Amino acid sequence: MKQFNATVFAAMLFAAMLTAATAPAVHAQKWKEIRIGVEGAYPPFSSITESGQLVGFDIDIAWELCKTIGAECALVPQDWDGIIPALLARKYDAIIASMSITEERKKKVAFSNKYYHTPARFVRKKGSGVSISKAGLAGKSVGVQRATTHDNFITGEFGDTVTVKRYGTQDEAYLDLVAGRVDLLIADSVAIDDGFLSTDQGAGFEFVGPSYTDPKYFGEGAGVAIRKRDADLVALFNDAIRTIRANGRYKAINDKYFDFDIYGE
Amino acid sequence: MDFTVIIDNLPLYLSGLRVTIELLILALLCGFVLALPLGVAAASRRATVNAFPRGFIYFMRGTPLLAQVYLIYHGFAQFDFLRESMLWAVFKEAYWCALIGFSLNTAGYTAEIIRGAIAQTPRGEIEAARACGMRPGVALRRVILPSALRRALPAYGNEVIFMLHGTVIAGVITLVDLFGAAKIVNSRHFVPFESFIAAGFFYLCLTFLIVWLFKGAERKWHAHLRPRAA
Repeated sequence: MKQFNATVFAAMLFAAMLTAATAPAVHAQKWKEIRIGVEGAYPPFSSITESGQLVGFDIDIAWELCKTIGAECALVPQDWDGIIPALLARKYDAIIASMSITEERKKKVAFSNKYYHTPARFVRKKGSGVSISKAGLAGKSVGVQRATTHDNFITGEFGDTVTVKRYGTQDEAYLDLVAGRVDLLIADSVAIDDGFLSTDQGAGFEFVGPSYTDPKYFGEGAGVAIRKRDADLVALFNDAIRTIRANGRYKAINDKYFDFDIYGE
Repeated sequence: MDFTVIIDNLPLYLSGLRVTIELLILALLCGFVLALPLGVAAASRRATVNAFPRGFIYFMRGTPLLAQVYLIYHGFAQFDFLRESMLWAVFKEAYWCALIGFSLNTAGYTAEIIRGAIAQTPRGEIEAARACGMRPGVALRRVILPSALRRALPAYGNEVIFMLHGTVIAGVITLVDLFGAAKIVNSRHFVPFESFIAAGFFYLCLTFLIVWLFKGAERKWHAHLRPRAA
């Protein structure tokens, strides 16, 4: 009898585990709820206001895409360094954080089509006279946000002549540029323009050198990152991006922040 | 699990290891030099003498190391007069900011260890020194400090290990120490487990080395406490 009970118990336990394992998968396919990882330290795309509110282009786009998909959304702020590992660890289902679509990242995650594409540029202190060339940059220090396309670019193209200083957030990099700890900064041109140059902090600084869009480093623009197994969610986001491009909602959000269309070509 | 990434990035880890060890040793040296007079002064019964060192110890132990280093690195950079002064040559570099922060922090803790050890000196030792005719300064140098520093050894060993673990903060202000190296490897290859466990392994090795060194030191300076060999 005791033996029998143990077998029945084991069977029940197994059945319970099966249900537990399959239930969320069935639920997840409907995508009624989507949790979205965002950054919060990358103005004007995402930042946190004094009252703790998430604001910015990425944030508005995230809410708009959710509305278009018809899902209930929750935004989860996450440091850039751990933003892909946290997606893989299922802390959220998608990343909308100005993440460029690159080959290296595609090994780990799937991407939607791009939702914007802007070039990278250097910024320097006015009158510092730093010029952008192998010789002009020799011995200079350049600040960049760690683990970004800009990090790859500066390391790959100028890593042998400049000192690269890497920061966890773009905001920290701005602090050190203002403090004079780095001679130059490289980042997304729009982020620099709106998040730095047009602020009080950024008065006295200017762009220098060309606009960089080399797909080898900068990929195809910024997309929504999603776990590879969630191909259905990629399709949903692609549809939603197409829809808001067509129905003018994208333009409304775009015009709130920028005086030109940052979607690119 | 893909540890080939770690093997490929071994030079980065090793250069990070060097920065970590360098910062640790320099901070401990500067910290100890500061802590010795501070600890002695803090142990004084005179309020005019012990007020400043006790205030310093209270501040250093009462605020997180991360906050202290941020204050020095980001906080001081806010003041224009500092940025235009000669001192900026020092505060401009993340390395010096980290070293100053670590040294002051470990000085605070070490001074408290020394103060405590001095306070626990058996009265008989001090009385014996006086009876021999030693002036207070001589008694401090010949009797009180040698006795107190011996007693402080195990607690100081702990502080050294805490300081080692505190050096990860260097990785937060752009330095590429062991932890900074792990962050770079993680961000390039998205392998948080492998990159941080590798850093953890190096920290373990360093801790092992420190524990071993202190064991040797205790064997030497606590020899009088061991039971005599038969």
